[in-house]
Amino acid sequence: MKIVVCIKQVPDAKDVRLDPKTNTLAREGVASIMNPYDRHALEAGVCLKEQYGGTVTVLTMGPPQAEEVLRDAVACGADEAILVSDRAFAGADTWATTYTLAKAIEKLDGYDLVLCGKQAIDGDTAQVGPGLAQRLNIPYITYARKINECTREVIRLERMTDDGYDEVEMDLPALLTVVKEINEPRIPSLKGKMKAKKLQITTYTAADLKADPNCLGLKGSPTQVARVFSPEMRGDRSMITGTVAEQVEQLFEKLEDCLS
Amino acid sequence: MLRIDLDICIGCGVCEETCSFGAITLEDGEPRVDDSCNFCGACVDVCEVEAITIEREEKAARADLSEWSGVWVFAEFRNKRIAPVAFELLGAGRRLADQLGVSLSAVLMGSGLDGHAESLIGYGADTVYRVDHPALAHFTDDAYGNVLEDLVREHKPEIVLAGATAIGRSFIPRVATTVDAGLTADCTGLEIREEDGALLQTRPAFGGNIMATIICPHTRPQMATVRPMVMRPNEFDSDRQGEIIDVIPDANRLESRVRVLRSVMEEQDKVNITEADIVVAGGRGLENEKGFALLHELADLVGGAVAASRAAVDSGWVSYPHQVGQTGKTVCPKVYIACGISGAIQHVVGMQSSDTIIAINKDPDAPIFDVATCGVVGDIFEILPQLLEKLKARKGK
Ligand SMILES: Cc1cc2nc3c(=O)[nH]c(=O)nc-3n(C[C@H](O)[C@H](O)[C@H](O)COP(=O)(O)OP(=O)(O)OC[C@H]3O[C@@H](n4cnc5c(N)ncnc54)[C@H](O)[C@@H]3O)c2cc1C
Ligand SMILES: Nc1ncnc2c1ncn2[C@@H]1O[C@H](COP(=O)(O)O)[C@@H](O)[C@H]1O
Repeated sequence: MKIVVCIKQVPDAKDVRLDPKTNTLAREGVASIMNPYDRHALEAGVCLKEQYGGTVTVLTMGPPQAEEVLRDAVACGADEAILVSDRAFAGADTWATTYTLAKAIEKLDGYDLVLCGKQAIDGDTAQVGPGLAQRLNIPYITYARKINECTREVIRLERMTDDGYDEVEMDLPALLTVVKEINEPRIPSLKGKMKAKKLQITTYTAADLKADPNCLGLKGSPTQVARVFSPEMRGDRSMITGTVAEQVEQLFEKLEDCLS
Repeated sequence: MLRIDLDICIGCGVCEETCSFGAITLEDGEPRVDDSCNFCGACVDVCEVEAITIEREEKAARADLSEWSGVWVFAEFRNKRIAPVAFELLGAGRRLADQLGVSLSAVLMGSGLDGHAESLIGYGADTVYRVDHPALAHFTDDAYGNVLEDLVREHKPEIVLAGATAIGRSFIPRVATTVDAGLTADCTGLEIREEDGALLQTRPAFGGNIMATIICPHTRPQMATVRPMVMRPNEFDSDRQGEIIDVIPDANRLESRVRVLRSVMEEQDKVNITEADIVVAGGRGLENEKGFALLHELADLVGGAVAASRAAVDSGWVSYPHQVGQTGKTVCPKVYIACGISGAIQHVVGMQSSDTIIAINKDPDAPIFDVATCGVVGDIFEILPQLLEKLKARKGK
């Protein structure tokens, strides 16, 4: 089975904080990591490979330094790594990203299953998986939380819904986006780390993909960021003061107003 | 292309500090931009001497935007009822449509829809496209996507809104891809820009640390998924008149490559925090499960539901369905009582539109007081027990 896992390098959201003085994003010391959901997608791919045989190819579109997450993925069990990188891809929204990723995947020597994370924690859009499947013209399932069965022809799994889950099946080739509940990602093995170090990474540029320049990067993106700003707080700081007993009294009155 | 005019640039470095992608570095006092630039425009806004501009090459072929008119809402129908977010979207959509001077339509899909299209009209729709077919009984991306795609191509709405639910976030990206439209995910704000009628779509990014306003200047429709519980529905008006149009899709458009074998409803939490009028929420300041026992007592006395910050959920004091915020639920009760919650932005985005927000925290500088309509600086372990006594006495009366 040929499995492709799409991974993205993202800033660690835990660290992305507003600087209260300048009201801007303090990026000092913000680490770049593999998107956490993509780690689960990778783990799902490696598990399927271990069960049914085959290969796992990891693919990322990003700047040259995104190579780091590819090596990380190989250390965790991926076999091959492809970096899709070109200045022309910069500024891509999900429409242009799926165009580019689809071109890259079509260049591969066939595939049975494409795995994505539920969403990337930088943009939180969750749009790349479904959009990519549409471009590849294959069926897809989002929010996959459990793979029940996978043969060469068909995959059966559970998809999370807002109030429970659906049991679904579809024929391969197909695409899944996965949630955290699907597995517990492994930590890199020593052997994996050695392999990752020596790994030869294939790079695809816009020319390699024979991509239409009108569909790439900022130029190819239908959405534009008009403005970014810090979230605003309501900010009237109306406080109840006094002794504890007085505070409780006022609080109680306030609640009574609301309750009646 | 991001252009920095070095003749104007004073080398102050504010752009470097602002860039959340680390794409700008100052070398010998001159800013340099590397490949990680995302063209978010943050540096353009902060540059005091206006040395930075974003130059966009435009696509050769542009759609004729004037052909597209009207606001559409996808009305999600699941488990025999219309999802509440559909009514919220009709409230928001009505406002947008009135401002643009166009009509508001709803698309209702499913099986066994009798009586439901009328309620969409009562909540503000002028037209309902009703697609009632057994093949749509279970949600599938293929069938739902095909049907909506065909309707969009035929009627050319300028705006298409859907709830940012599991269903909306799954199939709307597919439709946006097929019709070559821009799509903004999980919006919390929608406005029409006066000058040109463009839809300004505002959403949190980076886990809520920043807000971004997105536009789609050259493509139609402008598509967005919208977070539930953020927009307000209009009052239901049973006298409102509207048109119901039954749509019969081609059989091949109803086929799905994904087969739903079984749809399972999992037992819902006893109280759904999104539906309660009073929400009593606790954070790390409650220290342990015992602290939460006080909160449960308070909730019982005021007839409210218990919610929590992520810190409290991560500590295992309450389960995930109680979590409010960016990665939890959005709530909008009449009263929200935050106990021992610092008010991190990721929490605040999930509760800030509550009517009354009462916050109890011992730290006078806690950011929760910035959103509170009534703040109490104090120790919850002193305040809550006394408050509970008073409430019990009131109940006894
Ligand atoms: C990507 C991302 C997503 C996130 N999503 C969410 C989310 O959905 N929801 C969410 O809540 N958080 C979320 N967070 C986490 C968020 O950033 C905060 O870490 C979290 O909300 C803090 O919870 P807290 O206020 O309970 O704890 P703390 O920040 O530790 O605050 C505890 C507060 O209790 C007060 N206190 C302590 N003892 C007492 C006492 N005896 N009496 C009175 N006051 C007392 C303290 O002064 C303090 O203000 C997210 C973070 C990230 C990075
Ligand atoms: N630049 C990228 N390169 C590779 N995969 C990506 C990229 N962007 C998004 N993805 C994949 O799409 C998923 C959803 O991303 P998003 O739609 O950006 O939230 C991620 O979890 C990844 O699996």
